[in-house]
Amino acid sequence: MIFNSFKTGVVSALALAASMGMAQAKSDIVVAMQLEPPHLDPTSAAAGAIDSVLYSNVFEGLTRFASDGAVIPGLAESWDISEDGKTYTFHLRNGVKFHDGTAMDAEDVKFSLDRARAEDSANAQKALFKGIEAVEVVDPATVKVTLSAPNGSFLFNMAWGDAVIVAPESIENIKTKPVGTGAFQFSNWVQGDKIDLTKNADYWGTPAKLDKVTFKFISDPTAAFAAVMAQDVDAFAGFPAPENLPQFEADPRFQVLVGSTEGETILAMNNKQPPFDNVKVREAVAHAIDRQAIIDGAMFGYGTPIGTHFAPHNPDYEDLTGLSGYDPELSKKLLAEAGFADGFKTTLKLPPPSYARRGGEIIAAQLRAVGIETEISNLEWAQWLEQAFRGKDFGLTIVSHTEPFDIGIYARPDYYFQYDNPTFQKLMDDLNATTDPAQRSAMLKQAQEIIAKDYVNGYLFELAYPTVANAKIRGLWKDAPTQAADMTAVYWDQ
Amino acid sequence: MTGGNRNLWIGAVLTAIFAGAAVISFLWVPYDVTALDIANKIKSPSLAHPLGTDHFGRDILSMIMVGARTSIAVALVAVGIGMGIGVPLGLAAAAKKGSLLDELIMRGNDLVFAFPSLLIAIMITAVFGASALNAIIAIGVFNIPVFARLTRSGALSLWTRDYVMAARVSGKGAARISMEHILPNVLNLLIVQGTIQFSLGILAEAGLSYVGLGAQPPIPSWGRMLADSQTMISFAPHMALFPGLAILLTVLGLNLMGDGLRDLLDPKLRRARA
Repeated sequence: MIFNSFKTGVVSALALAASMGMAQAKSDIVVAMQLEPPHLDPTSAAAGAIDSVLYSNVFEGLTRFASDGAVIPGLAESWDISEDGKTYTFHLRNGVKFHDGTAMDAEDVKFSLDRARAEDSANAQKALFKGIEAVEVVDPATVKVTLSAPNGSFLFNMAWGDAVIVAPESIENIKTKPVGTGAFQFSNWVQGDKIDLTKNADYWGTPAKLDKVTFKFISDPTAAFAAVMAQDVDAFAGFPAPENLPQFEADPRFQVLVGSTEGETILAMNNKQPPFDNVKVREAVAHAIDRQAIIDGAMFGYGTPIGTHFAPHNPDYEDLTGLSGYDPELSKKLLAEAGFADGFKTTLKLPPPSYARRGGEIIAAQLRAVGIETEISNLEWAQWLEQAFRGKDFGLTIVSHTEPFDIGIYARPDYYFQYDNPTFQKLMDDLNATTDPAQRSAMLKQAQEIIAKDYVNGYLFELAYPTVANAKIRGLWKDAPTQAADMTAVYWDQ
Repeated sequence: MTGGNRNLWIGAVLTAIFAGAAVISFLWVPYDVTALDIANKIKSPSLAHPLGTDHFGRDILSMIMVGARTSIAVALVAVGIGMGIGVPLGLAAAAKKGSLLDELIMRGNDLVFAFPSLLIAIMITAVFGASALNAIIAIGVFNIPVFARLTRSGALSLWTRDYVMAARVSGKGAARISMEHILPNVLNLLIVQGTIQFSLGILAEAGLSYVGLGAQPPIPSWGRMLADSQTMISFAPHMALFPGLAILLTVLGLNLMGDGLRDLLDPKLRRARA
């Protein structure tokens, strides 16, 4: 009894000390972002906004991305890869619990992977799971995944937000009440306004430092500026108006983190729609574009020029901007060779972000200078997805591809820009079957060159990822290696 | 000079400035408004650019001049649609007062009147796509009931006049009387209302362009200039100030002119003053 009360005493003294020490530090945070998720199931939609809220915070996968983009262990503590590279044995962490109290074990992993790769799966990135032949439960803490062929990027694939582990018990209501294993659990969603997450007290790893995270959705750039200035929000992840960043930088109340993203911003050309089926026309478009003017004019200098569909911070990146340097005279000559000496008319469909709307006006002016007239239409995201992305009814469009390492989309002839090159498709198949790093690097460089020399799209710049936050906040991700606003390590400095 | 006359003159001068700018822009503008000059973006007013440059380095004075063209063209055609359809409807309704035709026309007008005009304009542009033409149609449709009602009420009082009675006795048909005797006498009302509607048309065009449903880039438009300047207002106020002033002064000018014209043309007011 004495011992017991002693223990209680120590505990309460500790609690008191802790609460006194923390007295001034805020334990909640309001993070704003531009887009609201359509629902809360990362395993059945392409919308990046879902991952922005839930990745790492609520849902975790076998592996995960660290803030620098490296693939590190997630729910799998370690893994063994067989000699032939076809069998991965994952050793799961002990004592991992879902937020509803059920244990996370090998059965859940099998369920999640089988669900994602099933015939009728709604997963937006089914290609990630394509090579999986079988998923076997060895014991509750061990899962064996057999691939049909060696896949050098399998661990990388498993780190995506689309590959997180979900539980069969809670899958039915996942879209409104997501139940994961993360350091935060979902608590409330006021549609059109905010999503609340609260700290998961039973977290298996390092517990979150914050008790509560509120994600607020502010789509209008002017309102975003006002909300940050008035300190209605503590941080804005992916601040939409680059023109306002210098003001925040000059204000001691704020810190501005401008990180890199996986967002290759491209002027997509409809490779099956004349005249863009002619490589000369595509080359002419590429030479008509002055990248630096677009970065300066649309993004106020934030962004890195790219010459192919690859992130410049990737070690395998090759600078191919020289292939499509700004040269309007060459562009006119190429148009003449292609039989369009007098230019032609096409459509330019623009989704809402300012890189597209402003970039579109600049590109339209640059194309006009070489004789290409564009009819600009400004579309909302839903219209853009319907008309351009799914309907393939466009000549030109501007969009940023924010998925990591997504050069593989050029191997999909039914993808919206409709590039169909068997050589490239074979190269991608070979790449997936190759595990040797040196060989992979060479192949990736070759792939970058093929699409750059085919002028599949106009490669503009790598999107910068600006985060504006209260100067006292620590632990925010600077870069955006995947769509995420990971709050698990965030805290307030005194 | 009477108060009405002073208003008329101030209004006429303001209107003439912007109409003049629009006309001159056909012949000459200081800078090409479709050519971008990123290196010179967001420059404050200077000798080279009297009103400064915008976020693409375009000259704001040139943009306002060409934008005046857009605004005036849209508003003019929209008022034309309203008058062209509304006035004959109003004349017909007055000529057949109390008939089924009158009821149909006037209730139809009530229907159009009952909808918030901007909402319908957004609907029209959402269905048919955003363009200057659709903005014209949207604004024009809402001018129809304004002119139809005005014409009908003006015409009704005229139909009881002796000279109209005389015309009827001499065997003229309703259509002919409307054209020869009624219309010339409601014309002053229409001119005044037309001026006011014209200013509302400019405002509506600016509103639609502001939300992205009016003239599409690269055609300059005052409303879009305002929208573009929105996030930059804290460090580049000139980008919002000048197009805002252009809208304000044009609308003010047209309204003053409308007031002045009413004072000048309305016989009742003229008599009251005498």
